[in-house]
Amino acid sequence: MSATGIGAPVRRKEDQRFITGKGHYTDDISRPGQAHAYFVRSPHAHARFKQVETAEAAAMPGVLAVLTGAELAADKIGNLICGWMIHSKDGSPMKMAAHPALANGKACHVGDPVAVVIADTLAQAKDAGEKVKVDYEVLPAVADPAKAQAGGAPQIHDIAPNNTIYQWSLGDAKAIEAAFQSAKHVTKLDIVNNRLVPNAIEPRAAIAEYDSGTGHLTLWNTTQNPHVARLVIAAFVGMAPEHQLRVIAPDVGGGFGSKIFIYPEEVVALWASRRVGRPVKWVAERGESFLSDAHGRDHVTHAEMAFDGDGKILGLRAKTVANLGAYMSTFSSSVPTYLYATLLSGQYAIPQIYCEVDAVYTNTVPVDAYRGAGRPEATFVVERLVEVGARELGIEPAELRRRNFIKSFPHQTPVIMTYDAGDYDASLKKALEIADYKNFAKRKKESTRHGKLRGIGLSTYIEACGIAPSQAVGSLGAGVGLWESAEVRVNPTGSVEILTGCHAHGQGHETTFAQLVSERLGIPIENISVVHGDTDKVQFGMGTYGSRSGAVGMSAIVKALDKIEAKAKKVASHMLEAAEGDIVFKDGRFTVAGTDKSAAWGDVSLNAYIAHKFSGQELEPGLKEGAFYDPTNFTFPAGCHICEVEIDPDTGTTQIVGWTAVDDFGVVINPMIVEGQVHGGIAQGVGQALLENAVYNSDGQLVSGSFMDYTMPRANDLPNFSVETTVTKCPSNPLGIKGCGEAGAIAAPAAVINAITDAIGTEHLIMPATAPAVWNAIQKSNGGHKAAA
Amino acid sequence: MPTVSMTVNGKPVTADVDTRTLLVQYLRENLRLTGTHVGCDTSQCGACVVHVDGQAIKSCTIFALQAEGANVLTIEGLATDSKLHPMQEAFRENHGLQCGFCTPGMIMAAIDIVRRKGTNLEERTIREELEGNICRCTGYHNIVKSIAAGARAMGGGA
Repeated sequence: MSATGIGAPVRRKEDQRFITGKGHYTDDISRPGQAHAYFVRSPHAHARFKQVETAEAAAMPGVLAVLTGAELAADKIGNLICGWMIHSKDGSPMKMAAHPALANGKACHVGDPVAVVIADTLAQAKDAGEKVKVDYEVLPAVADPAKAQAGGAPQIHDIAPNNTIYQWSLGDAKAIEAAFQSAKHVTKLDIVNNRLVPNAIEPRAAIAEYDSGTGHLTLWNTTQNPHVARLVIAAFVGMAPEHQLRVIAPDVGGGFGSKIFIYPEEVVALWASRRVGRPVKWVAERGESFLSDAHGRDHVTHAEMAFDGDGKILGLRAKTVANLGAYMSTFSSSVPTYLYATLLSGQYAIPQIYCEVDAVYTNTVPVDAYRGAGRPEATFVVERLVEVGARELGIEPAELRRRNFIKSFPHQTPVIMTYDAGDYDASLKKALEIADYKNFAKRKKESTRHGKLRGIGLSTYIEACGIAPSQAVGSLGAGVGLWESAEVRVNPTGSVEILTGCHAHGQGHETTFAQLVSERLGIPIENISVVHGDTDKVQFGMGTYGSRSGAVGMSAIVKALDKIEAKAKKVASHMLEAAEGDIVFKDGRFTVAGTDKSAAWGDVSLNAYIAHKFSGQELEPGLKEGAFYDPTNFTFPAGCHICEVEIDPDTGTTQIVGWTAVDDFGVVINPMIVEGQVHGGIAQGVGQALLENAVYNSDGQLVSGSFMDYTMPRANDLPNFSVETTVTKCPSNPLGIKGCGEAGAIAAPAAVINAITDAIGTEHLIMPATAPAVWNAIQKSNGGHKAAA
Repeated sequence: MPTVSMTVNGKPVTADVDTRTLLVQYLRENLRLTGTHVGCDTSQCGACVVHVDGQAIKSCTIFALQAEGANVLTIEGLATDSKLHPMQEAFRENHGLQCGFCTPGMIMAAIDIVRRKGTNLEERTIREELEGNICRCTGYHNIVKSIAAGARAMGGGA
């Protein structure tokens, strides 16, 4: 391993600008003559309106325009779309309601934009926004997914009777029935997977600039996938032809899924820029983020697991209602279906699995992928069932897991996925050792002596990453392919630019992608730069989400590097006057095999461009190659997280006293960065389990709509984490990478809740397990009486 | 519009500002010092922390006019002669940042923790003192490590 190659904990190249305040986030960019946008948003969860009176606002100082949904429609700006078609059990297509970028006649959630004010300054735009009058006729609202389908619930969209978007299923309904009939024991759970707000610390922002001379539009945007944004805004919204729209995602301050999607504000900024003939900037305030960034999770599930007399799992069935909010966000339909039910096998050999999912509209902010996206929900179902099953059967929870682990690969689950490689016993074993599992009873005794309750919880999770083989996702309804592209540009001096369709917003691609190139070409990491996030520079790409940048994005770079090496060998063969087949490339030198004749990387690069050693008829000058890589399978990172908690029975306060994570991510490029990804994922998973909750009241008002009400994990809420890895190489891509971005968020909630329920002796606990929730659970259980005694 | 004068990163600056201009807006928009960030609207996140007369302050909570005559230090003024401040170096060395958005506020807050609590910081102290700074990426593990290391380095230790 070289100091900057694969496997080295290389310090990040991107950090210099971030630690010195020289990053370029969207709001840091100012365009000459830029105006500012302020959105007037519905204060009601559900309301009809006929009139949006703008005259008074338009007359305010500095105001350039006040634009409404009616004008948007008149200008034939198209609706936002959901790009993944799901069909119901009866074969009917999902009920996708129209989603205009500005509401026109009806607002469907608090925060739904109804008008935009464009003014010289933001303060002027805000002042004028207060003068926009809307004649709302307030309608009854529904926010709770469990109530959305009930008779008498308010109807949100005419296209979707009973607010039902689809009723989907996966698995064999008859076979699951038989499996349950043969069971010796059935474990049953009702689960609420709480709604979360992603809350990247950089709020979403957009700057749109129209060039009337060329007709080109440029959009600087806080997006995880600029090319898909351009495609949707061009092809579906119809804002401008694709070749006349440039989308730039500069430094982006976290995404976690919420910046994958195409949002109304960027569409309106583009439209407004063309209308007023000036660049238009919009930056969300945090309150707006809460009311407009796609939320995550929000499932209500009944799940059952059937066991035989030896604790072997015979079947799993689940019925889930998934809240998709007021409109179908870009990839919303896929999250509670193919990103959820396909993972319900967990790490276990389960003969039969059946899952039904009803997706519903409610008068809430749209719900879409948030770190893990479907897989945390699936893991929570599986790992809670397994844990509770073990407790009910009196089998030690680690042992019950071991008995059911998949042990040979490839393994075909009953829910589509073919696991390609893994060693679940290895990660469990290592985690149990690090967590000192065998001495837990001693520690519990010690806690009891101090009047505290102590619990330990496991989560042996699996996820499907490396998203994804294009044909496979196409057959499941995806509107796009999920390959990735790369271009390797070698300069005459031998330095290298890597252009990638992936996008980094904290993952450190500028470092890890350079490590790959450094290892392969034998050149210093300083001589490599990574270019991403600009549709004028990178031809096309599918962006970053689903832990796909390593497994898919870096594989595309490998493919392009293969071509670079082949071409460079041709150049070297002319320079060294040897047969191409005799050229060996190693450690940055091209050598004629069996001789001492060689040429350095830099010389070959220069010769590729000066082209003096070969004729243009023999070989094209230059050294630049591109590649598209389409994966052959999903990848399957898996591992074991163990959470240990101590609870004060008098207050219900939970303290996490130990966290062990042993993950199998396949080959690791940079262990420092991988550990950081795991830390961050765990923090978000712990946030879901203990702290975070997007609470809507019955009127559809978001009660926890700011950082004062929505509990973001602080430093003092979290412990230090023990993070280790085991490695089974992924056979489905050239580097053997599985992906690491989401594991923590997927594994953590079940580990926390398994630990708390272990401590308090009752399973009746919903997330977030706040101090009052835990205290109440203790009071209602025998454990509470014991503690009180 | 009233006039405000202050010293920012060692340079005297004077400008006419709208009375409602927040210090963070003045820094970002008037002076184009965009390293100081805005991550919320309720003074919770700490992305906007700068030093005013040597003390950490959330620059979204005071008006520019309140900083009249003050000595303001932002993230851009921390490195001297292109040499990084030990706390900046510690964040890089310990992977104390991912997306980088909360980082300037974290670093400015961290230096203030050292000023108040000394260079030998316990993990618990650091975690408690970070109450006013939110990070969504790192899970704080490496931020805590960075601050402990940065504090030691500020005290002359390795």
